Amino acid sequence: MRTQIYEMARRSVLQTLRQPALIIPPIVFPLIMMAINTGGLNAATNLPGFPADTYLDFAIAVPFMQCALFACINAGAALARDVETGFLKRLAMTPMQRAALLIGQLGGVMLVALVSALIYLVVGFAAGMDFEAGPAGILALIVLALLISLAFAALGAFVGLRSGSGETVQGFFPLFFVLLFLSSMSLPRPLIEQDWFRFIATYNPVSYMIEGVRSFIIFGWDGEALALGFGVAIIGAAAAIAAASSALRTRLVRT
Amino acid sequence: MQILPNGIEVEGLVRDFKGGVRAVDGIDLSVEPGEIYGFLGPNGAGKSTTVLMLTTLLPPTSGTARVAGHDIVKEGAQVRMAIGAALQEAALDGLLTGREHMRLQTALQGIPKHERQQRGDDLLERVGLTDAADRKVRGYSGGMKRRLDLALALVHHPRILFLDEPTTGLDPQSRADMWQEVARLAHEDGVTVFLTTQYLEEADALADRIAIIDHGKIVARGTPASLKAEIGRPTLEVEPAEQSERDAVDEVLRRFGAPVTARPGAVAVRLTGAVDQLPGVIRALDAESLTVTDFRLHAPTLDDVFLAKTGRKLESEDREAEAVPA
Repeated sequence: MRTQIYEMARRSVLQTLRQPALIIPPIVFPLIMMAINTGGLNAATNLPGFPADTYLDFAIAVPFMQCALFACINAGAALARDVETGFLKRLAMTPMQRAALLIGQLGGVMLVALVSALIYLVVGFAAGMDFEAGPAGILALIVLALLISLAFAALGAFVGLRSGSGETVQGFFPLFFVLLFLSSMSLPRPLIEQDWFRFIATYNPVSYMIEGVRSFIIFGWDGEALALGFGVAIIGAAAAIAAASSALRTRLVRT
Repeated sequence: MQILPNGIEVEGLVRDFKGGVRAVDGIDLSVEPGEIYGFLGPNGAGKSTTVLMLTTLLPPTSGTARVAGHDIVKEGAQVRMAIGAALQEAALDGLLTGREHMRLQTALQGIPKHERQQRGDDLLERVGLTDAADRKVRGYSGGMKRRLDLALALVHHPRILFLDEPTTGLDPQSRADMWQEVARLAHEDGVTVFLTTQYLEEADALADRIAIIDHGKIVARGTPASLKAEIGRPTLEVEPAEQSERDAVDEVLRRFGAPVTARPGAVAVRLTGAVDQLPGVIRALDAESLTVTDFRLHAPTLDDVFLAKTGRKLESEDREAEAVPA
């Protein structure tokens, strides 16, 4: 099983490394977005009740979420491609355990997410980010970021396996982006003026994931934010992995 | 049911799909160890569905089958350990190299770590892909992909090999290379080969025995020679020396058989009897003082067998299928 997982993860990493389009956007695009927002929305820090001294400290949490969305698309598209090409049937003919395929594929995607998270942190510190939670907080932030990426990657795996279509997986991208924008991505929830927007952001689980990541940077160790952030990420990851496993069982039929 | 350790025994195998479509309709088969068994039929006849069931990737609706002595439903894992398969489309990852495919497959098949690289290299050499081993598969030709697919199916030394239309879409040279390798596997290594094909010449050239499937049912089975002998009526084609004598030659030939289509300038009949009619034909032509420039006897083909069993010609169906734009 360990060998199977390792080899499947290795394949996933190789697939990613050989498609620059899967590496550059998850790293560069969120940083560009952050730079634009930080430049354009810095005046938001003057709002009464705004929790950070600079918009960079507030916005640096967003790239971690955007990275998770790319993990979702990459994992889903890779598995959908395996269904489309018949590669999944080849795997089904081997003694490989189903779990190895899923863990390996997600593991490869997580490795890319880890590298992306480290780059975001390096860029953040280079740009003057004030990190409140200290060195242990950096490790905890990375763990939370990986959990969030795992939840989204597993969700993508579910869609890819269920649909067996790369186009369908890509079609989910705008939907996930809407979820991100209708969250506390740009402003703290209490400062969102429109009631409907604040209502959606309050019930949008993405808000709590972002706020969990953000809390390490702005507040240090905020028990409530971390409990909600880790809680939503863990529940989301568990539910998505269960759904992906079920889809894999249906797709990888063998007697 | 007799259990053959390296063989395949199938009884009453059925597979229904949604909408009431019965793709495989109660087929019986017996494949002997070490033989190449050709499974011949047009597109949609049920060949691939049968292969998917025998390789444990599709549960049958009813019926039983034992592959390498193991029940395909109750002992799927044991079946998979004993078989290799190259399914209809060469299921490869275009982003990996040939060598990386071998590494992945040897690891997943449980080959000991210290043997994996050597096994992979040996198989790549065997299928002539050593020089291309470190190139990404998306740059391979169709024939190279098929050969890699075959090599991957062999990594765990399978006793039975399923090849589902292994030469579809290949150029003549690649097809000949594949035939040579399949024959070597069966005749030198003793691997039992279950080969589906829609190419008559492929079944004729490779298979020790064949079964013809049409609309999910087996309509004929036997050796290619015995099936052709069953049809038994050769075609005689004669080209008169003078085209003005064509009608006269035609009249003589009709005494010995029913007219069939001939190449331009020639006259042909399917003989009512066997080859022993030929002296009579020659004497009759001589008696009418007719001279000929070409005199050809065509033995029955598997297409004739298919025509006799189904009322349709397989080759024309293939051509029609190939003519349909993708």
